[in-house]
Amino acid sequence: MSGQSATALRRQTRPQIATTRVLSWGRYPKTAHTHVHRPAWNDQVPEILASAAADSLLSRGLGRSYGDSCLNGGRELIDCRRLNRILSFDDANGIVRCESGVTLSDIIDISLPRGWFLPVTPGTCFVTVGGAIANDVHGKNHHRAGSFGSYIRQIGLHRSNDGLVACSSLENADMLRATIGGLGLTGVIAWADIQLKRVAGPWIDADSIPFQSLGSFLDLSRDSDGRFEYTVAWLDCFSGRNPRGVFFRGNHATDSNKEFHRKRGPKVPFALPAWMLNRYSVRAFNNAYYKLHARRKGVTVVPYDSFFYPLDSIRQWNLLYGKQGFLQYQCVIPETNLEAIEELLDRVARSGMGSFLGVLKQFGSAPPAGMLSFPRPGLTIALDFSMRGERTLQLMQSLDEVVQQSGGALYPAKDARMSPALFEASFPHWRSFVPYIDPKMSSSFWRRVTGAR
Amino acid sequence: MMANGVEKIRKIVILGATSGIAVEVERLLAGQGDELLLVARSAQRLAELRADLVVRGSGNVFTYSADLASIQGHAAMFDFVQRALPEYDTVLLAYGSMQEQKDSETSVDVLLEELQVNFVSATAILTLFAADLEQRRTGCLAVITSVAGERGRRSNYVYGSAKGALSVFLQGLRARLHTAGVRVITIKPGPVQTSMTDHLPNSARFASPEQVARDIVRALERRSPDVLYTPKIWRYIMTGVRQIPETIFKRLSF
Repeated sequence: MSGQSATALRRQTRPQIATTRVLSWGRYPKTAHTHVHRPAWNDQVPEILASAAADSLLSRGLGRSYGDSCLNGGRELIDCRRLNRILSFDDANGIVRCESGVTLSDIIDISLPRGWFLPVTPGTCFVTVGGAIANDVHGKNHHRAGSFGSYIRQIGLHRSNDGLVACSSLENADMLRATIGGLGLTGVIAWADIQLKRVAGPWIDADSIPFQSLGSFLDLSRDSDGRFEYTVAWLDCFSGRNPRGVFFRGNHATDSNKEFHRKRGPKVPFALPAWMLNRYSVRAFNNAYYKLHARRKGVTVVPYDSFFYPLDSIRQWNLLYGKQGFLQYQCVIPETNLEAIEELLDRVARSGMGSFLGVLKQFGSAPPAGMLSFPRPGLTIALDFSMRGERTLQLMQSLDEVVQQSGGALYPAKDARMSPALFEASFPHWRSFVPYIDPKMSSSFWRRVTGAR
Repeated sequence: MMANGVEKIRKIVILGATSGIAVEVERLLAGQGDELLLVARSAQRLAELRADLVVRGSGNVFTYSADLASIQGHAAMFDFVQRALPEYDTVLLAYGSMQEQKDSETSVDVLLEELQVNFVSATAILTLFAADLEQRRTGCLAVITSVAGERGRRSNYVYGSAKGALSVFLQGLRARLHTAGVRVITIKPGPVQTSMTDHLPNSARFASPEQVARDIVRALERRSPDVLYTPKIWRYIMTGVRQIPETIFKRLSF
């Protein structure tokens, strides 16, 4: 019940020393912030924006970005998680209006019993709507559905200079396109209207097929794209130029009346010692995982959560990588450039530093929903690397060379270290995005890749 | 909620419905289909809250905007409850204020405001509802006080004394209403991560409002206890804290 005056008082007495440690999902880099605002109501956001200094704020959701795009080192964050109300649900048309801190998990809980599902979902449901928009996330159906931003019908955006602005394809369409994939820099999303899609239930007809080369992956992918809504592959990143992996594909099951219960899995209690994930243990895991799926091929009916969110079943799995944290490397490379992809995988395999999470997916040709959207035609590869200091960074730099020469791009949501040059190569039009940045907002990532203040 | 295999829809009045703990309690109740009547200051926040609770499954959500710290408004609010949700079975009082302790040491106005919000106004409202439930010989009054009310601490004794006085008031009220079959639950949360406590040091280590809300909802559904400590560990911590002799306690800096 503390009033505005008390908030103002606290602001004056707040020390301007960065002491509040906030981490991203990769737990690298380690950054301190001067303050974290935690608005619980949208009416509190304008005051936070109004009283902030220029370039001092960044809105943040569940912090599932891996690198520094959800960090604002030495400055302030607006933690939007308490802005988590669903404001309306249109049962007839499947449009949900929710505040920015609502999670995709919340939306599933509300919409699935009503016969609706997320139009696009990333590999975790523990992200906020604000974060999903700010990173224009993609999923296993990119080849059919495009990215998350394509389903945002309208947003309300708090701007420090012109208040609450409604943005849709009809009004302020540019601001909508800037905010989709806009890394939280265009303002604070007050609410968003999301177009859901009809589904028969929580079950997925899933199919898994082992493969032993990039060529056979591509054949599988091209063959499946027309018939399967969802496709993705797991990749053994120790297998090099001719990668082995398991291709997963699926469709929403239409006729399953099996009873469904959402399960709550185990939790990694604390940061494990870093030596536990070494090349031998990970290699053994990858071997076992491949063999398991090679034997278990064929169509099965599985619950949506184990199909879309296998890693969500282990809460805080990022702590497996220990105190030093980890980096993810996600790039997209034009599929005309198979040699580049092979070269990249070869460099990873030779380094011996890869991990158990290797993901391969063929993007479709849907036009980008946002100005800085990452998905584009090509093959996207995501690989995790335990943070082992300089040699990890050197390996990633050598991967950068391959990506940049191939005409590819790196995904900001996963990045903690790409060079300004590679950012420029990945997003050649980024300067036309700059006018849409809210004058009060900035981020560690943005300053690093653009040299902004 | 399941009694004899039949799900009973509750009708619950929540005073201070936009507070950090209350919103989580409401979410759980809404998920069970309960009917709610929410009272808080901001009509806009109530409208947002109402929309959310309806989507999440609440059978019916009434809202009434009033500043409960001001006793003049109580009669009209109570009148609204009697018209909108006359069959209410539970009242949860969830509002409170925790201003900087330092401010109430230098300003008598701030001091009196803290006592007015946390104690005086609360007793006034409870008296209205108690009389009604006593006459109907049914129902439950659940009130959020605080573990801070068990010992006067240097850093927080104004808030603590108001909540402590409220706990004592509830003890007497419980004894009075016991014979009429009306339950009185004193809810004593430890520190919880809400807007009220964000400015305190170490607030990141406080209990989550979701966890506290789960404990509260469980207490509303059971016959026991009279006093709920949440998270549960605070029952044991406070047992220890109460034993510390005053000669030592006065030297502690917390």
